Amino acid sequence: MNHDSYPDSYIRGILNTVKTIAMVGASEKENRPSYFAFKYLLERGYTMIPVNPLRAGEQILGRHIYARLSDVPVPIDMVDIFRSSRHALPIVQEALTLNPRPQVIWMQLSIRNDEAAALAEAGGMKVVMNRCPKIEYGRLSSEIAWMGVNTRTISARKAAASGGIQRLSLNRASVPGGATEAAAAAERMERERGSAG
Amino acid sequence: MTDRIPGFATLAVHAGAQPDPTTGARATPIYQTTSYVFESVDHAASLFGLQTFGNIYTRIGNPTTAVLEERVAALEGGTAGLATASGHAAQVLVFHCLLQPGDEFVASKKLYGGSINQFTHAFKNFNWNVVWADPDDISSFERAISPKTKAIFTESIANPGGVITDMATVAQIAKRAGVPYIVDNTLASPYLCKPIEHGADIVVHSLTKFLGGHGNSIGGAIVDAGTFNWSRDRRYPMLCDPRPEYHGIVLHETFGNFAFAIACRVLALRDIGAPLSPFNAFLILTGIETLPLRMRKHCDNTLAVAQWVAAHPKVAWVSYPGLPGDRFHNLAKKYCPNGAGAVFTFGLKGGYDAGVKLVSNVKLFSHLANIGDTRSLIIHPASTTHRQLTDAQKAQAGAGPDVVRLSIGIEDVEDIIADLDQGLAD
Ligand SMILES: Cc1ncc(COP(=O)(O)O)c(C=O)c1O
Repeated sequence: MNHDSYPDSYIRGILNTVKTIAMVGASEKENRPSYFAFKYLLERGYTMIPVNPLRAGEQILGRHIYARLSDVPVPIDMVDIFRSSRHALPIVQEALTLNPRPQVIWMQLSIRNDEAAALAEAGGMKVVMNRCPKIEYGRLSSEIAWMGVNTRTISARKAAASGGIQRLSLNRASVPGGATEAAAAAERMERERGSAG
Repeated sequence: MTDRIPGFATLAVHAGAQPDPTTGARATPIYQTTSYVFESVDHAASLFGLQTFGNIYTRIGNPTTAVLEERVAALEGGTAGLATASGHAAQVLVFHCLLQPGDEFVASKKLYGGSINQFTHAFKNFNWNVVWADPDDISSFERAISPKTKAIFTESIANPGGVITDMATVAQIAKRAGVPYIVDNTLASPYLCKPIEHGADIVVHSLTKFLGGHGNSIGGAIVDAGTFNWSRDRRYPMLCDPRPEYHGIVLHETFGNFAFAIACRVLALRDIGAPLSPFNAFLILTGIETLPLRMRKHCDNTLAVAQWVAAHPKVAWVSYPGLPGDRFHNLAKKYCPNGAGAVFTFGLKGGYDAGVKLVSNVKLFSHLANIGDTRSLIIHPASTTHRQLTDAQKAQAGAGPDVVRLSIGIEDVEDIIADLDQGLAD
């Protein structure tokens, strides 16, 4: 998999397949990005499981926080890593020991660890890096367009109905829309600066 | 496998718009509503806390306007957009998110006169201080930078003088100074020029002009390129500091490469106001669908008219970068290879009186103070928009007594030329 740019079909396939997501590094603080993503994905129907050794035993939005992935008593479909890039490798190593093995390793926006990704892929897991599942869900359903965000999708098909007010379905036939190469290039530059510095 | 990216004309028709998910309506519906019901108290809390995407109140967002915002962002190659009540409102919101009282920004002195007024007078009341630079001497931008500088602002093609800014060079100066580069792309429209490709971090528009294109709606837009790192030097507290308005969230950290557009919406538009009306958004959206067709015709007509005017015995000079030999022709070839726009000025040998006579004689040209309409437009700045200035000030503003400005429409070019011909006749 080329981790510089993912086809929409790859991301949509993942978000449509996984049901249970363990979020490593989830925060109970209402103003943290991980809390935003946790709450949004919970509201979109995913079974969300917070993992955070510093908060083990506490709760986020009524969900029990586990210390580590191997403590989670149910099968995990996707591990969402909300830790800095250098912490990704041991998390992937732990995910590889789980039975059943998760299908997907997802690293958040600005997080990228190619060694961890290669290990996960060798173990049969799909990998997404430097993306946020909340933003990708919002983009592919087009919910995020209500905020003026360029979803980079276009479609002449009516999206499938989705329950609730201000909810749009991920099941939407779309073709990729306008590129934002400038932003992608800026991201790459930042990453290179980061890893050099 | 990589995704295929659609072309500009496809985006102009489709970006942001899809069949309405409940009714199947194919044209974008006009959501003429102030407010939106909440599903529950919890849903309301998520919306107000920015934890979910959606609509609360049309001052902050509207589903019709959102289609326009995404479309303009897609055409410019940006990560997100925001529509505003006017081009001037867009500029206020942008600077509100960048400047603290006492800060400075560097601006080209070749700008639309209304922007010069806004920066000189209105912004002074906020203690936002403009420092002027000269696009004819690009190094003047570098010299104008100080520790208080927070941004650089230019137009792509400047109104009305046909000045084309060397954007790639200004972008490098901005990068070295660690400040965002803002480009007003009104006169070019993204069909002719995409400033983000030349290093702009923020693009603003008066949608009133070529994007709307039909002279029926005032509107403005902001596009976030997603290229600026707001947190690096921690100089932009709206973006990089915890916001007390939103329980301490940090917008750059939370929204990544579209954080600036979000800041313009949830901090500036929310608190300052000036949203676009959904009805205007609908009209402008409809206009944008034909932007590529119109701009091609605008530019073809303008080149032909400029050539005809340049050859007229009563004309002293023509300033149109599309003409070979114009001093901005090389920059036009670099930045606007598909046409140098539809607005240009020329000078009449007969001076003030000849200008007054021409605007009084024309019958197809409309004598008014706008540009970027399907109709051909004419104005004699010295007797109208710049009337209150001294002769010296008029000359400095490119509005000397002999100057006439044209905005060429998409009528048959023979009729446009025939009208000028009879207007210039004795
Ligand atoms: C280049 C340019 N920028 C900004 C504006 C201001 O736009 P509005 O009139 O929509 O406020 C104008 C309007 O003439 C313009 O020509």
